[in-house]
Amino acid sequence: MSAEVVGVWIGALLTLGIFSFLYKDNPFYKFCEALFVGISAGYWFVVTFWQYFMPKLVDNLVLAYTVLITQGRIDYHWVYLLGGALGVLMLLRLIPSIGWLSRWSLAFVVGTTAGLQFTRYLQSNGIIQIRGTIMPLFVGGDLNATIGNIVIVVGTFCGLIYFFFSKEHKGAFGGAARVGILFLMITFGALFGYTVMSRMSLLIGRLHYLFSDWLGLIG
Amino acid sequence: MNEEKKPAQKSFWDKLVSVDRRIIFLLIAVAVGVPLFFDVSPSMRVTPVVRGVYDSIESLPAGSKVLVSFDYDPGSMPELQPMAEAFFRHSLGRDLKLIIMGLWPQGPLQANLALEEVFRDDNIRTKNLQYGIDYVNLGFTAGNEVVIDRMGHSFEESYPQDGRGTPISEIPLMKGVRNYDNVDLIFNLSAGYPGTQEWVQYAVDVFHVKLVAGNTAVQAPAMYPYIQTGQLSGILGGMKGGAEYETAIGKSGVAVRYMFSQTMAHIIICVFIIMGNLAYFSLKKKRSKLEAKG
Repeated sequence: MSAEVVGVWIGALLTLGIFSFLYKDNPFYKFCEALFVGISAGYWFVVTFWQYFMPKLVDNLVLAYTVLITQGRIDYHWVYLLGGALGVLMLLRLIPSIGWLSRWSLAFVVGTTAGLQFTRYLQSNGIIQIRGTIMPLFVGGDLNATIGNIVIVVGTFCGLIYFFFSKEHKGAFGGAARVGILFLMITFGALFGYTVMSRMSLLIGRLHYLFSDWLGLIG
Repeated sequence: MNEEKKPAQKSFWDKLVSVDRRIIFLLIAVAVGVPLFFDVSPSMRVTPVVRGVYDSIESLPAGSKVLVSFDYDPGSMPELQPMAEAFFRHSLGRDLKLIIMGLWPQGPLQANLALEEVFRDDNIRTKNLQYGIDYVNLGFTAGNEVVIDRMGHSFEESYPQDGRGTPISEIPLMKGVRNYDNVDLIFNLSAGYPGTQEWVQYAVDVFHVKLVAGNTAVQAPAMYPYIQTGQLSGILGGMKGGAEYETAIGKSGVAVRYMFSQTMAHIIICVFIIMGNLAYFSLKKKRSKLEAKG
């Protein structure tokens, strides 16, 4: 029996084990779940070590050291020591008496991420999207575009009205908010539909694996 | 004499709302599984957003360089792998040069699997495509959106070597490729973070590069606003997007075939939603009547 066949059998039995939870909780499912968690943890540890720690820290510091020894100059790669030091500080959470030092690392991560994301989100998901709603409501000779533009403008405006809580939702303002709710409901419906499609796709993939790769019933 | 009270007769709707969920699971399994045994390919209409992906590739002359980022893992294979294979068939068939990379560790491996599959096609195999000349796989590098940002200045800073360990300065395909200015299109396959949103934010809106994408269905609705603003030139949303793309390139693959199962599953779910709502309103009406009687 080849390694590939053994792999297919293991994959099929583990798939059935996970599916068995749909009937009811059972030891076979528990075993498959625990195996998945354990293997995932091991896999990500190895990935983190070889794809992040070694190339991003160790290799760069070795390079900096090599330049220092061979050329006698301080290379910019020494800056990775700072990242390494912050990583060590993060691990100090394991020592309760000095665990507070890990907050420096967290502050660095939160600060840089916030700074980096703020401008990009503001530009891509804020300003450009607002600009995208500034459009003619009537496009001569193109009914589809006219309807599309009206839906976008009315939907955006009423959706924003709904989230404006400083004024009571009454009268015309309340009417606009209700239209906003309708747009939100339609959006959630579309999101649900897409989510169903995504989950069904995963089920199709698994069933195809069982019927094709494992049992060989379909091509 | 006290008469024994008979238990109240359950109505059809009462039984329906208390149906064992395992029956629903079974019906879904049948609806998804049985169609797999039939070689039925539903006819697909290619929507404008998918047409955008197709046209973006069609508009490139032979020899154009396309950066392809594989940002997903095996968990999203049923949705994204058919898109990857269809994209390779389309782009390699048109003699485009592909620079493959990944922001997810397993992404470049998914690319290799898709390439293996596509190289079995006669019209691709006969082209005798060469690694390093016609396509290259740079592999994975850590850093998420920072990698995208850095590549805007220099590919080599993020990827000093390819996935096989060859310095990119020694790869013929990478000669003259310094940053996004030297690629004609980016194609991103994404299942989450980092993915299409980060490519829009850090590559399109900063370096003004043209981007098309393939997304899982869960993620796709969040990307549609980028189409309307022109930040994305086209998108393949979920399995249906993949099936439409296969239809557009004229080579039906697994996405089109899977759509029969997908359709059956959706019909079953729609029926359940309708029945559930009918049961809800029927029982609500019944309760109101009972309350009115006191």
